Amino acid sequence: MTELVVVSGKGGTGKTSLVGSLAALSENKVMVDCDVDAADLHLILNNRVQKTIEFIGGKGASIVNEKCTNCGICLDYCRFDAIKHESHTENGGEERYWIDKHACEGCAVCVRNCPEQAIDFNEIVSGEWYLSDTPYGPLVHARLGIAQANSGKLVSVLRKQALLLAEQRELDLILIDGPPGIGCPVIASITGTGYVLVVTEPSMSAMHDMERLLQLTAHFGIPTGICINKCDINPELSSQIEEKARKLNLPVHGRIRHDEAVTRAQLNQKSVVENGDSPAARDIRALWEGVKNAIS
Amino acid sequence: MKIAIASGKGGTGKTTIATNMAVAIAREGRDVTYIDCDVEEPNGHIFLKPKIREQYDATVLVPHVDLNKCTLCGDCSAACEFNAIAVLGKTVEVFPSICHSCGGCSDVCPENAIVDIPRTIGHISHGDGMGVQFYEGRLNVGEAISPPVTKALRRLDTDSEVLIIDAPPGTSCPVIEAISGTDYVILVTEPTPFGLNDLKLAVGMVQEIGLPHGVVINRSDIGDGKTEEFCHRQNLDILMTIPFERRVAEAYSRGEMMSDVNSEYERRFWELYCSIAEKVSS
Repeated sequence: MTELVVVSGKGGTGKTSLVGSLAALSENKVMVDCDVDAADLHLILNNRVQKTIEFIGGKGASIVNEKCTNCGICLDYCRFDAIKHESHTENGGEERYWIDKHACEGCAVCVRNCPEQAIDFNEIVSGEWYLSDTPYGPLVHARLGIAQANSGKLVSVLRKQALLLAEQRELDLILIDGPPGIGCPVIASITGTGYVLVVTEPSMSAMHDMERLLQLTAHFGIPTGICINKCDINPELSSQIEEKARKLNLPVHGRIRHDEAVTRAQLNQKSVVENGDSPAARDIRALWEGVKNAIS
Repeated sequence: MKIAIASGKGGTGKTTIATNMAVAIAREGRDVTYIDCDVEEPNGHIFLKPKIREQYDATVLVPHVDLNKCTLCGDCSAACEFNAIAVLGKTVEVFPSICHSCGGCSDVCPENAIVDIPRTIGHISHGDGMGVQFYEGRLNVGEAISPPVTKALRRLDTDSEVLIIDAPPGTSCPVIEAISGTDYVILVTEPTPFGLNDLKLAVGMVQEIGLPHGVVINRSDIGDGKTEEFCHRQNLDILMTIPFERRVAEAYSRGEMMSDVNSEYERRFWELYCSIAEKVSS
């Protein structure tokens, strides 16, 4: 069984559209949407949610006003500027301390140092994850609560579930749609996978971002291949990407032409390869043949 | 005036709008600073081509254990909510990449055997390009936790009249760190199902933290009318619509400004700024 993850560094290069097509082209697999703060894959997979599970991302502190004596010790201890103070002169109300839940990282330092034990420390539901059925196989996806942290932890939960499903149902492939960037959720999405497919496009920005991502996959020693999307927007830069790949000894599995058919498919809530014939659909089919060989 | 440019979905045009607006403001003779808070993948430098004048490290504090003082009692690891410190055999292991720098371990250590030492996780560059003051944060490759770099950027003392903050994509902690404390958030989207789904999440985010906001619809003619419908239904201001132009996409790919191919855009971005300034001051 192989875990194939599609990432890009830069957002909007076409990861999800590509994964949707790979979901249609590949067999015997489970899909995972690891872009947990902006998950879109389900929009083109015609999913039906079978199971919804709360995600406990961590803990958070909150001040119990009845017990608080406004001593302000917590304020001195917090390194995240999460303790807020309102003196009674402001807005005419009573003096009070409270915790900005978006700034609180759940370290419990204030909880331990409060002389009145006036700070509660409870688990926080910071999102939910779903198990869906789709015509292409099971889909594991999630929705991180708005303005929540711990996206990396949620990604790990999703991957564990997908692995479990793959074992139970004897599936051959775990197809992962990754998040943009190179930080926490990306690291959680790619560590321990069998193959990273980087979707880039011929722009200075996307190339810059791809190079940082390639450093990351090299750092973790994961086999990596490249796909150039919208390759005809700047043929010269597309050649430069190929040159770069040659130097790094990385395969370029495909070049997908810029094609309005990609947006049309999305509007029809379908993958590109299932929305009639188009240059992009043909390019993606050719790409999958290359990737299939690379991961088998 | 602090204006953040954000979006749920990546690749909708945040950096394009942030840099073009910054340059349009500068060309009106205003003092403007652009801050690239997409520290995982900063791209603003590609367009503003700044001359970098200073650079410094972005650091976080991590524990250092003095094993001569340490009695291996394990209080530090019991206090750590992030499993970033552990007593293993006759030593204490620190896992810096998952440490949140809360100071909990050094606080509870009964032997005062733990001190905080700085660890570099990225760097900040400062310079200027195209008449715009330029700051960029850049997370080192392999580092997981980006918000401290953003926090360092946002704490900078800049006395510019206008701050333009280019946020990372998404709706989670790195974005919150970038946009908090700003006067206005521009949410950039495109009129596609993915763009709309992520716009809804981004609107939820700015409403949750209570910041004034409006929408710019980029490539406004590629999809359908559902994004505009959503904006009207939710009473969201549509600040600007930008139709798709292949020559603009090609110029973008080369790292050029929109006004380089279509001079009308300089005026349009200045007007975008003016409309926001008016909303904020009223």
